[in-house]
Amino acid sequence: MAFNEETVANVANLARLNLTDEQKQKFAGEVDGILNWVEQLQEVNVDGIEPLISVTEQTEAIRADVVTDGNIQADLMKNAPESAHGFYVVPKMVE
Amino acid sequence: MYTIKGNTSDWELVIGLEVHCQIISKAKVFSGASAEFGAEQNTHVSLVDAAFPGMLPVLNEECIRQSVKTGLGLNAKINKYSRFDRKNYFYADLPQGYQISQLYYPIVGEGFIEVHTSEGDRRIGVERLHLEQDAGKSIHDMHPSKSFIDLNRSGVGLMEIVSKPDMRSPEEAGEYLRQLRAIVRALGTCDGNMDEGSMRCDVNVSVRKVGKTILRDREVKNVNSVRFVMQAIEIEANRQVEVYENGGTVRQETRLFDPNNGETRPMRSKENAHDYRYFPDPDLLPVILTDEYIEQIRASLPELPEAKKKRYVAELGLTDYDAHVLTLDVETSRYFEEAIIGQDAKKVANWVMGDLFGYLNKNGLTVSNSPVSAKNLGALVGLIADGTISGKIAKEVFEIMAETGKEPAVIVEEKGLKQESDTGAIEKLIEEILSANQDKVAEIKAGKDKLKGWFVGQIMKASGGKVNPALANQLLDKKLAE
Amino acid sequence: MTDLINLHISEAADLLAKKEISSVELTQAHLSEMEKGCVLNAFITETPERAMADAEASDKRRANGESFGALDGIPIANKDLYCTKDVRTTAASKILSKFVPTYESTVTQNLKDAGTVMLGKVNTDQFAMGGSTRTSYFGESKNPWTDANGEYTLTPGGSSGGSAAAVAAGLCMGATGSDTGGSIRQPASFCGITGIKPTYGRCSRWGIVAFASSLDQAGPMARSVKDCAIMLETMAGYDKKDSTSVNTPVPNYVSALTGDIRGKKIGIPKEYRMDGMNEDVAKVWDKGIQLLKDAGAEIVDISMPHTKYALPVYYIIACAEASSNLSRYDGVRYTTRVEGATLDDMYKNTRTDGFGDEVIRRILLGTFVLSAGFYDAYYTRAQRVRRLIAEDFKKAFETVDAILAPAAPTPALSFADMANMDPVSTYLGDVFTTPSSLAGVPSLALPVGMSSGGLPIGLQIIGKHFDENTVFQVADVMEKSAGFNLMPHRVKG
Repeated sequence: MAFNEETVANVANLARLNLTDEQKQKFAGEVDGILNWVEQLQEVNVDGIEPLISVTEQTEAIRADVVTDGNIQADLMKNAPESAHGFYVVPKMVE
Repeated sequence: MYTIKGNTSDWELVIGLEVHCQIISKAKVFSGASAEFGAEQNTHVSLVDAAFPGMLPVLNEECIRQSVKTGLGLNAKINKYSRFDRKNYFYADLPQGYQISQLYYPIVGEGFIEVHTSEGDRRIGVERLHLEQDAGKSIHDMHPSKSFIDLNRSGVGLMEIVSKPDMRSPEEAGEYLRQLRAIVRALGTCDGNMDEGSMRCDVNVSVRKVGKTILRDREVKNVNSVRFVMQAIEIEANRQVEVYENGGTVRQETRLFDPNNGETRPMRSKENAHDYRYFPDPDLLPVILTDEYIEQIRASLPELPEAKKKRYVAELGLTDYDAHVLTLDVETSRYFEEAIIGQDAKKVANWVMGDLFGYLNKNGLTVSNSPVSAKNLGALVGLIADGTISGKIAKEVFEIMAETGKEPAVIVEEKGLKQESDTGAIEKLIEEILSANQDKVAEIKAGKDKLKGWFVGQIMKASGGKVNPALANQLLDKKLAE
Repeated sequence: MTDLINLHISEAADLLAKKEISSVELTQAHLSEMEKGCVLNAFITETPERAMADAEASDKRRANGESFGALDGIPIANKDLYCTKDVRTTAASKILSKFVPTYESTVTQNLKDAGTVMLGKVNTDQFAMGGSTRTSYFGESKNPWTDANGEYTLTPGGSSGGSAAAVAAGLCMGATGSDTGGSIRQPASFCGITGIKPTYGRCSRWGIVAFASSLDQAGPMARSVKDCAIMLETMAGYDKKDSTSVNTPVPNYVSALTGDIRGKKIGIPKEYRMDGMNEDVAKVWDKGIQLLKDAGAEIVDISMPHTKYALPVYYIIACAEASSNLSRYDGVRYTTRVEGATLDDMYKNTRTDGFGDEVIRRILLGTFVLSAGFYDAYYTRAQRVRRLIAEDFKKAFETVDAILAPAAPTPALSFADMANMDPVSTYLGDVFTTPSSLAGVPSLALPVGMSSGGLPIGLQIIGKHFDENTVFQVADVMEKSAGFNLMPHRVKG
């Protein structure tokens, strides 16, 4: 399948990126090239092969239900581009 | 059967509910910050909840236990293998840019809930329960052009309970939601508080011509009370019928219910087709549960509303209706069971559902903050049973209990409301009344038995209601026979 | 006087223990070398004051007889992917260019607790995406090995290129790196130093800016096998803050360096000998095989049939995970922000401005392969092939104790050559390293020979899960027998 400029535009929107037409063209070509190269995986017979999600052969480490963290409002705000009264501030969202 | 009458056909509803229940736990599902509601903004937040670079989730065992418990309460299959997936989307109150959820391998599989409606009992299927994290909150009214973000709720454990599309009327949906709420509250896995948002409901509604196949599914987001869920279903179903009847088509979309205008409207933020790009979260490993673990939780389950209801009918002799009402809320049944210790359960039930509920509703209270304690209400019923006070006086005592919180025996003592049982004094009283009404005595003796009631009334009146009516009757007969 | 900047960590540790040198002297020597070496652009952020304070504290401890051990007082550098408390952490990106963490990653905390001296944060490819440091927002680092004209025109490799350049040039004694698909081993090979990617799960990932979570692994880079063993022993360990870190004890790696590998079975995978293979690399590989044979190891030809699929599998999985991991850089909490009228505009402006082209390319690819309709064809298929690759290793390790392979397909490339390469051609640089990354097995790269052009060439020794001991043991023998003790020409001061 061809990864064209329209696909780039859709994917860029999902990933919240703003691409110029020139960038769209460039990335469409490059990503399409990568996808063509990746096509070689189609020749592998994967019938009955379970996807490998993690190489770690242990199960989820669980923690006890204890409050051990929090109350670091100042730390949270320290690097914030905009904050007020201990809130993060963003352009108004509409609903 | 519930249908909407159209010009061309009768329409049937197909309803499914997705209910988000905030898990009761001390800490959040993937971080050690407190899960408590109502703290100062961004204080119950860790670096993990705010998705700082390099932060990693670690699962809280309690959230697993609570999910399994809930699954067992829903008569559901517990999956011994489950796993977490990322649901990717951007929103200001979703710091990671993805929600950790369970799409492919949820912790709980199929189950069911029994509901009771005017059309009888029905079993509504549960499709699944999965564990996920809650998002933060955006506050829009603090600034004209800005939104403020509070992440206290970000990362609190949520159980999403998805029903099968088994419901056919707003009433059924309402009952399903009430019953589900009763179950999670009885289990102590969610406090079911829809006002504070600890329980939230998305409604899938569609309509079809009776007996025909389904048309389009529509989701109504975040409806926050049982009443609103029922309203939203009715309004949305009628709207869809109207569209179809007029030859239109219904778009598959997410709508928002506005209880103020009584209408549903498309959600702007959901206009763009979503592609959540679910994939297994590589930061978390599979959760493997043993039979032993599941059985241990099963053994620790409290009695659930449905079982409790059956027991109330069989053992306490309550009616189906009374048993249903008293088991819909765990606090109510807990109150009831405390109040009936040593008392007649049916009489206590009448007091709970009558005077107590009446008083609580009028004053916006619940059994948990009732000024009349369960023990005191039981004691009040006891005072009637042993003849200390009459039922009429008991109503008076109840009012004082509700105002003061005092024990009924103390009130009876203080106010001198104790029923007169000194036969000598009562006999004297009766003699006085009889002698003052010789004409009526003569009539009775001539056979006009009905007048006895009049005398009893006079006796009660003269004693200020303190005479036990049965005793009054007995003594009156004795005196008349003399 | 001792040449302080040529010392290995193990040597310096002895001298410090004997109080023949002080940490302050050692640190000062490296700080002045860093000044001279600034042409290499190895550091993004230098922390000389912090370094001197660390060194003074170390000397004080030692004077009081309270030294923390072999790493106490040793000046090191941290890859700028590790979050360091109160020291800017950029991931070599614009979007994090102003980010000063209030927390310290587990691995750098472990090193701090061992008494190391932090000289600064070293360059990397942006978000560790690349094999050259060309994608860094702070400019490329130079390989201290020069071209035929004596110019610094070569890449140190990447992504841990700043670490490799700094270690090779003597700007620090050791450095942390991180390896997702070869990011420790390829730059180690390009710069003639040693680096190990331990078993996935050996080191905690907590506090390391994530690229691809199922592959990222921390590791040390230094100028000897022993130095890497010393560093890894401190860096590794179970961390309850990382669910994927493995709860097994960390053995004493240094004691594994017995010098005796007689009877060890070393596998030579035939699929790594590819058509058109670089001759110099092939020669060094043959040399390595001979060295091990001479040391008494048994050489076994093995087959790992799915090797050639590792690269495309890697790029699908790594980019998919990255596209999700990088969603948190959104202009709300700690990144730069470029304003916009709506929230979405702000997101888009911030992210487009804050990410470089390679990062954007990988986010686009990763987003696409996870999107509706393509997920199974790309992502799930890649995970299935990943299992076949892991099984190749499992099968191989039923018969051999370790595997010997080249670390990189070429010696260090020039920036000029790289400028003309398309993305796929640059990805081919990871051809030898991605299989072991996908399988999660430990792999160490060390310099074994030189190219005809006078550049170092490294080999990889790959071991079983959690068997870093055998890897170190074999590498140590090869290091001694290869006698590779060349350093690049000292940077022109």
